[in-house]
Amino acid sequence: MKNIIFINSLVFILLIISFIKDKEKTKKSIMIAVKSLGKIAPAILSVIMLIGIMYVLFADKIALFFGHENGVWGFVSISLIGSILHMPALLAFPLAGSFLKEGASISSVAAFITTLTMIGVVTLPLEIKTLGKKFAIYRNVFSFAIALIIALLMGVLL
Amino acid sequence: MKEEMMKNKSKNSKKGFLFLGIVILIMIFVLFLNPDKSSLIMKTSFDYFKQMAMVFPAILILMGLFSVWTSKEFVMNHLGDSSGIKGIVVSFILGALPTGPIFIAFPMAQALRKKGASYTNIVIFLSAWACIKIPQELIEMQFLGVKFMLVRLGMTIIFITIMGLIIEKLIGGDSLKERNRI
Repeated sequence: MKNIIFINSLVFILLIISFIKDKEKTKKSIMIAVKSLGKIAPAILSVIMLIGIMYVLFADKIALFFGHENGVWGFVSISLIGSILHMPALLAFPLAGSFLKEGASISSVAAFITTLTMIGVVTLPLEIKTLGKKFAIYRNVFSFAIALIIALLMGVLL
Repeated sequence: MKEEMMKNKSKNSKKGFLFLGIVILIMIFVLFLNPDKSSLIMKTSFDYFKQMAMVFPAILILMGLFSVWTSKEFVMNHLGDSSGIKGIVVSFILGALPTGPIFIAFPMAQALRKKGASYTNIVIFLSAWACIKIPQELIEMQFLGVKFMLVRLGMTIIFITIMGLIIEKLIGGDSLKERNRI
């Protein structure tokens, strides 16, 4: 909530400064804002709905994969679930903490959190729309590889 | 040339609406199959929507102001191909500021890219936004411990940087062509 107030007041102040300095430029910037809203609105609405569906249908089933450590398969499937799901950090970390307490390995918890935050299969349409297909695919594939490496290293280090 | 661009644009927005239509159909299907969970699904989506609605207009205006007031040279100097370590550090800081959900970062990254930021720095900005948010680190510390948080943070920073450099190598050549066309 604090963030929301901060961002809105910051932008409001900047807008006023901009308006005092140059009316035409300010008008132009608002036009740009309205245009880009029109362009990305469908992608954002789709993403929001997908998040709702994924979260409710799958969040309570994650524990099943942590329950019995079935080696490489369990590790990879947890990473895949992390990539597909999208969850606010405020929910994800307590959840991950509870898995750790219940006996999940450090690697699988790290893999879950890293893929969860870094990779967005649900946000992919938006990423493609704004930054291009090639970029989006590269970034997500590499992030997945990195998440696995970080997770394995953490298992070794901790 | 211009006509072609216009065509491309309308094709693009058609795709967006087509995708939205498909998602709405999925939503109806899922709600129909899980009547017991339907109110929770609607509530979760609506919560995200509220979160978005409260910051998104401000972010769009910020992008508009950014594209009108900052020069291409300024962004290129600080985040462009030759910005080096300074550019990397700036990207990490910009990404880690406590700002909002990741959907906001994509249009911002697009605005930076249009002004000449390098792919390395775009990757770092997005990845830092996704996983090195300051409040997020605090929550991680609380639930998973200081050691877990610090080790993961350190490794994330190292590997994100490496990933940024590799992606630049892989598609940086395209960006030259892209820029020449503009």
